[in-house]
Amino acid sequence: MRASDLLRQSWLALRRAPGRTALLLLAMAIGVAAVVVLTSLGEGARRYVTGEFASLGTNLLIVIPGRSETTGGAPAIFVGQTPRDLTLDDARALQRSYAVRRVAPVVIGSAAVSWGGLEREVPVFGATAELLAVRHWEMGSGRFLPAGDWDRPSSVCVIGEKLRSEIFGNTPALGQWLRVGDRRFRVIGVLGSEGRSIGIDVQDIVILPVTQAMSLFDVPSLFRILVEATSRDSMDAAARFIRSTVAGRHQGEEDITVITQDAVLSTFDRVFGALTMTLAGIAGISLVVAGVLIMNVMLVSVSQRTSEVGLLKAIGAPRRQIVQLFLAEAVLLSMFGALIGLAAGYGGSALIGELYPALPVGPPWWAVVAAVVVAVASGLVFGSLPARRAARLDPVIALAGR
Amino acid sequence: MPMIELDKVDRVFEVGDEQVRALDQVDLQIEAGEYLSIMGPSGSGKSTLLNLLGLLDRPTAGRYLLDGRDTTRLDDREQALTRGEKIGFVFQAFHLVPRLTAAENVELPMVLAGIAPGLRHSRVAEALASLGLSDRAGHRPDQLSGGQRQRVAIARATIMAPELLLADEPTGNLDTHSGDEVIEVLEQLNASGLTLLVVTHDPQLGVRARRQLKMVDGRIVRDERR
Repeated sequence: MRASDLLRQSWLALRRAPGRTALLLLAMAIGVAAVVVLTSLGEGARRYVTGEFASLGTNLLIVIPGRSETTGGAPAIFVGQTPRDLTLDDARALQRSYAVRRVAPVVIGSAAVSWGGLEREVPVFGATAELLAVRHWEMGSGRFLPAGDWDRPSSVCVIGEKLRSEIFGNTPALGQWLRVGDRRFRVIGVLGSEGRSIGIDVQDIVILPVTQAMSLFDVPSLFRILVEATSRDSMDAAARFIRSTVAGRHQGEEDITVITQDAVLSTFDRVFGALTMTLAGIAGISLVVAGVLIMNVMLVSVSQRTSEVGLLKAIGAPRRQIVQLFLAEAVLLSMFGALIGLAAGYGGSALIGELYPALPVGPPWWAVVAAVVVAVASGLVFGSLPARRAARLDPVIALAGR
Repeated sequence: MPMIELDKVDRVFEVGDEQVRALDQVDLQIEAGEYLSIMGPSGSGKSTLLNLLGLLDRPTAGRYLLDGRDTTRLDDREQALTRGEKIGFVFQAFHLVPRLTAAENVELPMVLAGIAPGLRHSRVAEALASLGLSDRAGHRPDQLSGGQRQRVAIARATIMAPELLLADEPTGNLDTHSGDEVIEVLEQLNASGLTLLVVTHDPQLGVRARRQLKMVDGRIVRDERR
């Protein structure tokens, strides 16, 4: 039997039962569309997060106290004590390289802030003037911490926009004295509302001069040091310089971890890549369900067409041809279903892209290929049982319609 | 050498605990070009004999030689090939594929055999024309009368130019007039050299054959030539 005749016969059989065919196409299409839309969402989330990270500031290196063999994450914070603290002097020493543009030491804690009887517990950053530029934040009003000597303990603070509105309401915040812990600081600036930082809501923080924060929390060491390299090409040089400088200051021991933006990015890339795969797997189950449905309906169809199978055998079709005829039907169904599903999936993901322009949706190529392959494979696998059953029919009994 | 040679053929069915002997030690020789009728009451084994001759069924014991070849040793593919090339079937219930047109039904054996479409179409047109069905080529079975359907089935059974035509109650679902037409077509085919074997209840139909078999309880009890 010719391949073209095989396809034509299967096509005629499918067209003869339009309701059944439409239902199976729908089932398969839903499965494929689910894979396309879900992976496209996962991929969108991945692109969104990595994009956000890139916008945090390129050329960024993060210095964390404590040695870790792995990259990414924040190992030293959770894994025991570090042998030596990162000090303000360490940070100062990091400024002395052509590869480094800015150094921003950071202390993080939390404290109660109050003004005029209103009190809140908020995250407190200890920082220097460099943080604004390193983090690419914008000022809403006023100015950021004064540049110059890091050791000068000026009693000023910068607050987030959300904190401003909740504490001061309609009262102008600039120039007000805000109580943080047991000290008072004059508000000199409010961060713009577009400022963002992964992990912490920048709208709801207080930023103090670093020495003030260290003495407020009574800590001798820095939480971390943010270093901005002069260019993307000097990242490696900057990282080497940071390691050797800190090692030189810490009796030759390299007891810090330097995380580059790339390492953080690739970690998130992996996390969201895995998420997308998981979504694909979950959606893939619906493809298998569609395959089972095809099997069910094909089984019914075989029993309805028993006498036809008997006739085919009588006019010269061997078992193999009967198997081929029914398999071709299952594969045609799953292939057309997959095509419709692809169209619907791409349409759906484009629609999501329209509704949420910030999310760069788009299915990854491997998910599209896998969806079609799994769809056709499930048609083949689940179609083979009914096809075999048809081929095994006894022609005499089949023709008698029993 | 006879075209068909049955040698002590048994066909036993298991029905529950019982064994039903549908064919019991049947010996039969048929020469090419013969015109046989097989008559007998229901359950006498005449349809079983027909199915067995058509390779739709296998004997439980005994040998069946078709053109000198022992068919019991053929595998599924070889049997199917033999059915396609050498044997044509005409059924009481026509067994036309409902979704296909008359022409497509006639074409079906050639499609299965992998014959090129160009050749198929001219042979189908010829076959339909010779049976007076040219104007019905595009009709589906449900748009045809019983007589027309059976003539389409005959066209399908003969399109591969078989040697043997097996007809199981070919007029059973037809009125007298259509039945006569169908029988005339079959007899014309026999006259042109095709071996024709008709299974029937109908004595009037049975006596038209040149050789008449009567079966009772799985045995051939009478074998007359006219």
